[in-house]
Amino acid sequence: MTTTTGPVATRRLILQGAASVALLGLGNLPFTATSARAAANDKYPEEAFKQKNEADAIKALYGKTAEPSDKVKLDAPEIAENGGVVPVSVTTTLDKVSSISFLVAENPYALAASYKIAEGTIPAIANRLKMAKSTKLVAIVEADGKLYSATKEVKVTVGGCGG
Amino acid sequence: MASSIRVRATSNGDITEVQALIQHPMDTGLVKDPKGELIPAHYIQQLKFEWNGKDVFVADWGTAVSKDPYVKFSFKGAKKGDELKISWTDNKGGSDTTTAKIA
Repeated sequence: MTTTTGPVATRRLILQGAASVALLGLGNLPFTATSARAAANDKYPEEAFKQKNEADAIKALYGKTAEPSDKVKLDAPEIAENGGVVPVSVTTTLDKVSSISFLVAENPYALAASYKIAEGTIPAIANRLKMAKSTKLVAIVEADGKLYSATKEVKVTVGGCGG
Repeated sequence: MASSIRVRATSNGDITEVQALIQHPMDTGLVKDPKGELIPAHYIQQLKFEWNGKDVFVADWGTAVSKDPYVKFSFKGAKKGDELKISWTDNKGGSDTTTAKIA
């Protein structure tokens, strides 16, 4: 028995240590930590969808900033006649993609859609978005814990907010 | 009642391509009706695709997703005949679920 108590006790100590470090970490970063966790688990990221501009929405969703990458390919029409239905798609050659999001900068709320990509799911998505007026469109890809982006200008002839 | 979800899942070798079309107003809460009254926000918040007990694809949507939303994606591992479960929930507590056979 004496041979086993040694390693077991050490492991327990290490685990306790790790747990307290984790708790301290969360306490220090109340806002960013909660939003990063919201993006990581299954919860609907309510806060991120309430942000009016695109930088705040990215921060609320991921808790970090993105860098432009030519490995993210964003496809959208240059001119959208009907802003209510604009086909938008994104593909990427990046590895370990865990999430893809679309933001429409000029919309009342910038974040349009955010997708969680499981392992084995191919990082290529097509969907249709509303655009209030001509706008910058941003795609964010989270790969291996980092954020990459691509942007495109879309000219909207008739805005997608009409009644 | 007919399901609000229409799905086509086709297998091509190891890859299954999924296309889904959902009937939903996706009201933003910013648009007025002809009488000048605001139409309250009513939109799908989360849409999940589950295969083999695992969420292969989860969509979190805001109001900027078009009316009668459409989405397309692909994933690996499934075979022909496998079942794909699709479910959504909206901001008013509404929901719908359907299963599709991968063809």
